[in-house]
Amino acid sequence: MAATGLNTGDTRSRALVHARIMLRRNLRHMQRYPSLTLMIMLMPLVFLLLFVYIFGGTLGSGLGGGMPAGVHGGRAAYADYVAPAIILMAVAAAAQGTAIAVAQDMTEGIIGRFRTMAVARSSVLTGHFVGATIQTLIGVAVVTAAALAVGFRPHANVAEWLAAFGVVLLLTFAVTWLCVGLGLSAKSVETASNSPMFLILLPFLGSGFVPTSSLPAGVRWFAEYQPFTPVNETLRGLLTGTKIGDNLIITIAWCVGVAVLSYVWSRRLYEREPKPL
Amino acid sequence: MITTTGTATTTVTTTGAAIAARGLRKSFGEKTVLDGIDLTVQQGTILALLGPNGAGKTTAVHLLTTYLRPDAGEIRIAGQDPAQNPQAVRRAIGVTGQFSAVDGYLTGRENLMLMADLHLLPKKAGRRRAEELLDRFELTEAGDKPAQTYSGGMKRKLDLAMTLVGNPTVIFLDEPTTGLDPRSRRTMWDIIRGLVAEGTTILLTTQYLDEADELADRVAVLDGGRIVAEGTPAELKARIPGGHIELAFADRAELDAAAMVLAATACDDEALTLQLAGDDRISTLRALLRQLDDASVKAESLTVHTPDLDDVFFGLTGKKGA
Repeated sequence: MAATGLNTGDTRSRALVHARIMLRRNLRHMQRYPSLTLMIMLMPLVFLLLFVYIFGGTLGSGLGGGMPAGVHGGRAAYADYVAPAIILMAVAAAAQGTAIAVAQDMTEGIIGRFRTMAVARSSVLTGHFVGATIQTLIGVAVVTAAALAVGFRPHANVAEWLAAFGVVLLLTFAVTWLCVGLGLSAKSVETASNSPMFLILLPFLGSGFVPTSSLPAGVRWFAEYQPFTPVNETLRGLLTGTKIGDNLIITIAWCVGVAVLSYVWSRRLYEREPKPL
Repeated sequence: MITTTGTATTTVTTTGAAIAARGLRKSFGEKTVLDGIDLTVQQGTILALLGPNGAGKTTAVHLLTTYLRPDAGEIRIAGQDPAQNPQAVRRAIGVTGQFSAVDGYLTGRENLMLMADLHLLPKKAGRRRAEELLDRFELTEAGDKPAQTYSGGMKRKLDLAMTLVGNPTVIFLDEPTTGLDPRSRRTMWDIIRGLVAEGTTILLTTQYLDEADELADRVAVLDGGRIVAEGTPAELKARIPGGHIELAFADRAELDAAAMVLAATACDDEALTLQLAGDDRISTLRALLRQLDDASVKAESLTVHTPDLDDVFFGLTGKKGA
């Protein structure tokens, strides 16, 4: 009686059904053990408060040309300046949680069970990816709301908000697949927790917190070419009206490139022969 | 009849065999774990793969269940070739590994429902199956608790219950009772017997001869990556010279007197013991006691030593087992 359902439906629709089952499993994990979700949301919130209320007054006065239109220094100016970077940090922090969750899941015996069941191979990773994307977007919503509460005053129209959402989504795809790969390749959960750290540092080494023009030459060079800078500039432009230029194209290129490569890498890691238990 | 197996056999026999393997090899780096093994399990029977830690039992299960790919060799599970069509093999089998394969964050019931969903059972049928299995494995009460709060025995039962959700025709059990208390072990044995009574084919691995004896129709002894013997439990035990009787005496005089009349295989002057070939049959013991009585020799105690895994290994490989 059990085997009857197995022959119905083609491989693709079965993969979809299995991915949905795995997603439900991952969402249930998050819901039942929310500590990881809370931890990764807390970090960008702490940085937001720290940078707006502690450093904001001084940093805001020092903003040069990178200042959004119509803003004249001080804490309010800095809130507008730093908010996009905090949003990117929320994405990066959530991705770190993804790497931890994936690495942890791979140590569970049930993953071995899935390998000996007629389960669509891709479904485990798809479940993690979609679950992580949902978690990231919730984190981004919370952080954006907090930024608005502490004085972030974007002046974007509906189209710009949607475009900003699109940029965040694109970045989420890229760093989530990257962190799925990091989680799969990690030999331990500790490694998986440490290796995505650079993602959280990158917004600092870019235009997120201070204009790159204020940085020393070597750091400035790095800051101008690393991927978080164009993403940051695009998001800031869409939300606060600063100049975007070719940053949107560069953002799309980076995100699509990283997402595709990381996806291929993750699939290959998952499909390689597992280590004997 | 006992057939020692090797690379000499010709083809994978599939007639009536639910599991057939020929010339399976697997190495991890430099280390050869399986060095060409052949296995055949007839439909509706149990084969016990007996061996010490590190013999390659788990690797054999991994190869047969599509978890790992063999370096060489041919496999047919329920007539399907895992190298050609792994998903068809996966559809026919159920696997309970050595390490619990339950989702600790989910409840017992949710774990079973997860399996039902993955087998694409309709919701209602899945729920019915989950309840039925919870009931059968006496887990109904714990059904709504997260599996990570379960005891070792409960986890093992849930693990097996999850394996059964899809009604597999061939089941692999890797050391199903290792680490279980005696009562849980009995329960597990009953469950396994019940499955075979329903026509399921089972390959189980074990380190315990009594378990193989208790459950298996045939036993294959795995040592150092090779099958060193295969046969029914009775056939194997007949080949094992480990069974003996040990007599202990109060003093040296009695010991010497006994040594005069009995055909001892070993005599320990220090411990004042004699070893004789023999088994635990009443007739053997009665004859032995009569011999002692006739010679008026007084023995203090008598111990019957039945063959165990060590004896199997000593007997079959000439070296000490686990």
